Amino acid sequence: MSKKINLTLKVWRQKNCKSPGAFEVYEAKGIDTDMSFLEMLDVVNERLTKENIDPISFDHDCREGICGTCGSVVNGQAHGPVKGTTLCQLHMRNFTDGQLIVIEPFRAKAFPVINDLAVDRSSFDRIIQSGGFISIKTGQAPDAHSLPVLKGRSDSAMDAAQCIGCGACVAACPNAAAMLFVSAKVYHLNILPQGEPELKTRTINMVKQMDKEGFGNCSNEYECEAACPKEISVSHIARLNQQHRKSNFT
Amino acid sequence: MLDSKIPPGAMSDKWTDFKFHAKLVNPANKRKYKVIVVGTGLAGASAAASLSELGYQVESFFFQDSPRRAHSIAAQGGINAAKNYPNDGDSIKRLFYDTVKGGDFRSREANVHRLAEVSNSIIDQCVAQGVPFAREYSGYLDNRSFGGAQVSRTFYARGQTGQQLLLGAYQALMKEVSKGSIKLHSRTEMLDLVVIDGVARGIITRNLVTGLIESHMGDAVVLGTGGYGNVFYLSTNAKGSNVTATWRAHKKGAFFANPCFTQIHPTCIPVHGDYQSKLTLMSESLRNDGRVWVPKTPGDQRKPTDIPEAERDYFLERKYPSFGNLVPRDIASRNAKEQCDAGRGVGASGQAVYLDLADSIKRLGKETIKQRYGNLIDMYQKIVDDNPYETPMMIYPAVHYTMGGLWVDYNLMSNLPGLFVIGEANFSDHGANRLGASALMQGLADGYFVLPYTISDYLAKNKPVDPKLKEHAEFKKCEKDVANYIQKLLSIKGKRTVDDFHRQLGKLLWDKCGMARTEAGLKEALVQIPKIREEFWKDVNVLGSGEEFNQALERAGRVADFLEFGELLVKDALDRAESCGGHFREEYQTPEGEALRRDDLYSYVAAWQFNGVGQVPTLHKEELKFEEVHLAQRSYK
Repeated sequence: MSKKINLTLKVWRQKNCKSPGAFEVYEAKGIDTDMSFLEMLDVVNERLTKENIDPISFDHDCREGICGTCGSVVNGQAHGPVKGTTLCQLHMRNFTDGQLIVIEPFRAKAFPVINDLAVDRSSFDRIIQSGGFISIKTGQAPDAHSLPVLKGRSDSAMDAAQCIGCGACVAACPNAAAMLFVSAKVYHLNILPQGEPELKTRTINMVKQMDKEGFGNCSNEYECEAACPKEISVSHIARLNQQHRKSNFT
Repeated sequence: MLDSKIPPGAMSDKWTDFKFHAKLVNPANKRKYKVIVVGTGLAGASAAASLSELGYQVESFFFQDSPRRAHSIAAQGGINAAKNYPNDGDSIKRLFYDTVKGGDFRSREANVHRLAEVSNSIIDQCVAQGVPFAREYSGYLDNRSFGGAQVSRTFYARGQTGQQLLLGAYQALMKEVSKGSIKLHSRTEMLDLVVIDGVARGIITRNLVTGLIESHMGDAVVLGTGGYGNVFYLSTNAKGSNVTATWRAHKKGAFFANPCFTQIHPTCIPVHGDYQSKLTLMSESLRNDGRVWVPKTPGDQRKPTDIPEAERDYFLERKYPSFGNLVPRDIASRNAKEQCDAGRGVGASGQAVYLDLADSIKRLGKETIKQRYGNLIDMYQKIVDDNPYETPMMIYPAVHYTMGGLWVDYNLMSNLPGLFVIGEANFSDHGANRLGASALMQGLADGYFVLPYTISDYLAKNKPVDPKLKEHAEFKKCEKDVANYIQKLLSIKGKRTVDDFHRQLGKLLWDKCGMARTEAGLKEALVQIPKIREEFWKDVNVLGSGEEFNQALERAGRVADFLEFGELLVKDALDRAESCGGHFREEYQTPEGEALRRDDLYSYVAAWQFNGVGQVPTLHKEELKFEEVHLAQRSYK
């Protein structure tokens, strides 16, 4: 059953990437435990606006856990305390009355802050541009049934393809590495027969772009998998490393 | 009377003939043309990628931070195609027929036929891009049936088909960006259409990070900016989905067609509090294995699992034995409402019905159900804190999709030359009700396989635009108008928040122009909406400035447009004195309570011309002719 709780929020406020940021403290009173985390922020923002205080900026869109737009670090965890959950699908029943909640943006050199909790993740788009696709033009495709794909292979491609590109893996990693994001896309495309012709260039170019964007390296902390709202496995990283070595040597 | 430019000839030859007769742009000349594409959903992304592949210069605009965020990403259930892989009697003709009938005879036959014709190529294209559709152990693609169809023609990728299709289109787009032929404009919102001498020449945009207002000129402007469901405030749309691009194009002369055709999706998680910011859809694929029921006795407070079989009313199976739980969306929604209105609704609010997976779990096992719907069930569990494997889910209809949109001819061009409208943003293919798994089909059909042909025909007939035209006074004027409009929003400094107004408008529309509409209710709404609008411009409080990242300002502009658009939606609903598909006027129903069309009077597309805010719009009609599918009362019994 839902109930009302009172919370104290310590929120990162930052005008833009050039100015320094700082924490501000706000009270969130009478929060219904059936609310989502973002609905709680909506309620706080409504109140701030009425008090002529600039509302807290945060990115969000679908609010059903699939678009990958939302995401903040809540009490030290990307997307908050519940496993396999985006911030928009995190509900206030997971917090207790009187709790202090610290809310920060995803922090990484490759994700500069735009305003408050909103960050620039266009580096992910540039990684995809470097090879995260299969180069087929519209109209070139043969009949869909001309190429059967083993069900197991197709299913595991789908497991990797579920990545929503939110960047929680980067925020959770002590090195701000994007290895989980990159490896999931590389695996999705490399394991399918359609993606095979570009396997080597894809692998090499995406890793190169990842380094160029300023993401760190993997040191097997597994924090990315723990934070991933789609629970994408770190085993993809091992496969990426293996593929990358092979691609460079042959 | 509007000219839809449907090619002559037999229905099945029209598209082939069109392609043959279409003018072509010489490959070497294609790079001299620039196309502006607004929106990066299935329609926008697939169009931008395909046009770039052909050799045109493309500029892509989207308000999100990445093209991959567009709301097509959230589509769950699947995509239709007439492949007939299951050998169950499907064909292009049947998909065409089902879509026209499902749309309650208010769509344009020739467009729907073309849609059915290109549907198979979409599946081929997506598979080649690496979209991991569900497969059988044989390695071949799996199909399932979906609401409103008696054949299994729906391809799917778990409950995330929209995500996978959009990522396919996004990756195609990124491939073209890497070649340098597409320029991306992220976090950039279109705020005006520039029309010079009656021709669409460009757009005015605002950079949402810096606030910079800019002009962009092109040889054609393509809007793939989605639907207007968020006019109801609560809907299954993403929070950012809005009517701004299409509405501002409408204010510049583009006709808005059938705005009253809105789809209320039957299977959503019910409303639970006044703080609620959006509604969550549970894919209707759940109706394949879930049975919809309510207790027979009004006010029955027992737990659903304690109510014996004999005291349950499986109302869809009872009323529509041949389609059962798979009746089209409009019918499923209306019946759920009818049960709740009669006091048999369940849950705390009484505004919900059960969707019960128990029989399927018994028949197929929990594992199979988990495989089919695992992600949906997890999502339900997170939101409602209840376990659908053990107790039935509670569902209620919610605004989901809008069939209406900017009027386009067969070429997907609006009445303004040079302005093309694709996907949900146009009106043409779904009539008064869209069938499940047809939105993804239409978005990709328009972008991959229709627009590249029709826009080439237009460009071939026009010389590349002179770069000097960018100095035209109209661009400067539009930029200034946009800047003034923003200043006006910021200068009010009233007492109420933007969301407060949006909620007020949404509730009014849901009550008066939602699942059931009456003349009196609609007239009441027409009195109320201008009052809310007036209040908004007197008392809204938007803090901050226009030269920075300002999310309240973004929302304020969108809500200001909803406050104008809502009036047109209601006006259209009042004008259409018949019931069809999602538009149910209580005065017009059969003795069994089904929608009663009035074909002699309303077999037309209502395309509205803007005459000023608060002014009566002018109605233009496009007569609908049904040559292939004979007009009939829909029956799913």
